[in-house]
Amino acid sequence: MTQPRPEVLQKLTPVLTKRWLSPDAWQIGVYERLDGYSALRKALDVHPDDLIQLIKDSGLRGRGGAGFPTGLKWGFIPQGDGKPHYLVINADEGEPGTCKDLPLMTYDPHSLIEGAIIASYAIRAERAFIYIRGEAVHAARRLRHAVQEAYAKGYLGKNILKSGYDLDLVVHSGAGAYICGEETALLDSLEGFRGQPRLRPPFPAIAGLYASPTVVNNVGTIASVPYIVLGGADWWKSMGTEKSAGPMIYSLSGRVVNPGQYECGLGITLRELIELAGGMKPGHNLKFWTPGGSSTPILTAEHIDTPMDFEGVAAAGSILGTTAMQIFSDQDCPVYNTWRWLEFYHHESCGKCTPCREGNYWMVRTYRRILSGQGTYADLDTLQDTADNIFGRSFCGLGDGAATPVVSTLKWFRDDYLGYIEGRTAPRLSEKSLVGAH
Amino acid sequence: MSEKTVDFSPAAAPLAEKLLEPALEILARYPVGRERSALLPLLHLVQTEEGHVSPNGVAFCAEILGINKAQVGAVATFYTMYKRRPTGEYLVSVCTNTLCNVMGGQEVYDQLSEHLGVGHDQTTADGKITLEHAECLAACDYAPVVTVNYDFTVDEATPQSAVELVESLRNGERPTPARGARICSLKEMQYQLAGFADPRDGAVGDGVAGAPTLRGVRLAQEHGIAVAGFDPDSPITKTKPVRDETALPQQPASEEKPGRVASVARKAAGAVKAAAGAVAEKVDERRHAGRTTDTGDVKDPEVRAAESRNPTADTPAPSGTATTPVPTTPAEADGVADNEPAGDGKPAGDSTRGESIVSQRTAEQKPATNVTRRTEEEK
Repeated sequence: MTQPRPEVLQKLTPVLTKRWLSPDAWQIGVYERLDGYSALRKALDVHPDDLIQLIKDSGLRGRGGAGFPTGLKWGFIPQGDGKPHYLVINADEGEPGTCKDLPLMTYDPHSLIEGAIIASYAIRAERAFIYIRGEAVHAARRLRHAVQEAYAKGYLGKNILKSGYDLDLVVHSGAGAYICGEETALLDSLEGFRGQPRLRPPFPAIAGLYASPTVVNNVGTIASVPYIVLGGADWWKSMGTEKSAGPMIYSLSGRVVNPGQYECGLGITLRELIELAGGMKPGHNLKFWTPGGSSTPILTAEHIDTPMDFEGVAAAGSILGTTAMQIFSDQDCPVYNTWRWLEFYHHESCGKCTPCREGNYWMVRTYRRILSGQGTYADLDTLQDTADNIFGRSFCGLGDGAATPVVSTLKWFRDDYLGYIEGRTAPRLSEKSLVGAH
Repeated sequence: MSEKTVDFSPAAAPLAEKLLEPALEILARYPVGRERSALLPLLHLVQTEEGHVSPNGVAFCAEILGINKAQVGAVATFYTMYKRRPTGEYLVSVCTNTLCNVMGGQEVYDQLSEHLGVGHDQTTADGKITLEHAECLAACDYAPVVTVNYDFTVDEATPQSAVELVESLRNGERPTPARGARICSLKEMQYQLAGFADPRDGAVGDGVAGAPTLRGVRLAQEHGIAVAGFDPDSPITKTKPVRDETALPQQPASEEKPGRVASVARKAAGAVKAAAGAVAEKVDERRHAGRTTDTGDVKDPEVRAAESRNPTADTPAPSGTATTPVPTTPAEADGVADNEPAGDGKPAGDSTRGESIVSQRTAEQKPATNVTRRTEEEK
């Protein structure tokens, strides 16, 4: 294992991950000793509009994938409309490759709760919900415990810290549906329906939860808020790039020596991240990788110096997404991997719109045929055509996400597909998995 | 208790006997009139008793929320974590999504499947283990991962370590999970999923962060790297006074002039008590009412029109007559004359045959509301 160079080490920005080093930071006493809830006191001492302005000034952008400016989103909430307002935190982490929110909620749950109180105060919400993925049981356990502690200490409930502000916070467990990571599907699920996306407009800021103005933010976004309130917008902007400010938790997995969570300023490159992670595993050479989960177009070894911020990755033809970087080597097959992702999308398609529901069904079968050595050249056109008819034509972004690995692997690794079709590559799937493929 | 359960149908009554108290607590978490939000936690709650969502469980959820069983069934079948068949004591999930798959997750799953003699979503004959292959479990830096009842139990799993795990579970042992809390049964886990605190003393503190989670931050610590210039007292630009009337939600609390410390403190203490009282009152109110609030479908029409047309349990049976739309053009009038609109969602033009069937059926059927009253009559 090679040691990272000092100049690369300097790119580490331990902010959101810092408290993870204290094993008991999930308890309120320890959290308070580590600056905990001091941001809340500070925030309750300023007008909510000034808080929204502070977040706007910080340049904080959503950490859930789309990168929408957070302050702007909060500013969309109509004030004085007489309707209840809601804050809903999207903790339905399920994008393949993404694993940054679960550790945050498990090892530092109070930072999310503190951020939630500040954000709710800023948008004048009286109720906040954390919609946590059902499978994330330990994180939910810690969160629920932390919420109880916060109530007992007067950080939640009536008249928080004697400010006259009231807030109730409920941790709501999902039940295993990837689609609920889509914000309007999440709202439907939270209302007790099947998690299926809604037509927009109206946007959640106008008609969200219970048809009332609602802000939906990712865990990482809300957990960043206390640090901005404490350190100020200028300090926050000292990390990252001009348009993508602040630190980001990069999740490296796959063929690197030390997979894990690396919090760095936005704009670091994959080359530097791999260096931090001790290099590629012996015998493995970088072949392809996802910049932010499987729903972002895959990139190849030639993109290793792409700056990992919203603009840099977009310029390379992909999306920053959740910065879940799954790193694959020359020993991995892009066709096989894409098939596996498609099985996932096929399983998780909510069924609301035809392109995603039917398209994934057919693409899975086409992949099975190719991988069992029975593919034809026409199958590649079928795949391309199906993917093109899903992308941009499905109801929500998750359909688009299903098409991206297909389109991007066809673009970069067509020869790997041809290998199966022309019999140069040994089949990866047996005949029995072909049932129903023709 | 018998007084409260009297309104439940025979299918739901046994569950109601056991689960009414926690179910009402769940309902109280959501705003008044928005109780349908409790459906997901209620379905988790049903699984604490049955291990899966049975027709009885569906009936219980429907009756406590005042919606119909089809609406509950539609939700219950949508989500993976609601099981449709009885499950084992432990749910062993192996991630076989792409990354875990290529890191060895598929071999782990195949080996377990062969060893246990069961496939996906199947339970061993001794009722101990339900096996499933899961999609991304959000722990890719520990790939491949195996969870027991959703708690991370084996990281960087191998076929051997996974077989050892299931063997010890079948022998009645409960091995210590890698990063989750101590293992409980799947039914006990469902109680937590329904939103209740882990009743086991100290379980919330179980599990320490693994090396991959801490790699970046440890690296920074070892090399003394911190973000410079952090000043927790950095000022926030103030353009408006803090206690602006519009700044806070219109609450009775904010009506009084703040600033008098003693009165505020007294008020705070009172408010906490009042909040606790309000919840208790709300729960109590519903308990005595027997049936809970009829939430129906409360979606705003502008958000989703179709959903708001869904019938509730109290919607009368369809009569088969529909209101005739008024034609605005001659062409439309011709069309209306040729195609009588059918009631009850049948295709237009199908009215003659369709309506005769509907009227026949409604004549045969008792009104739906009688079904839920049966217990009362039997008494």
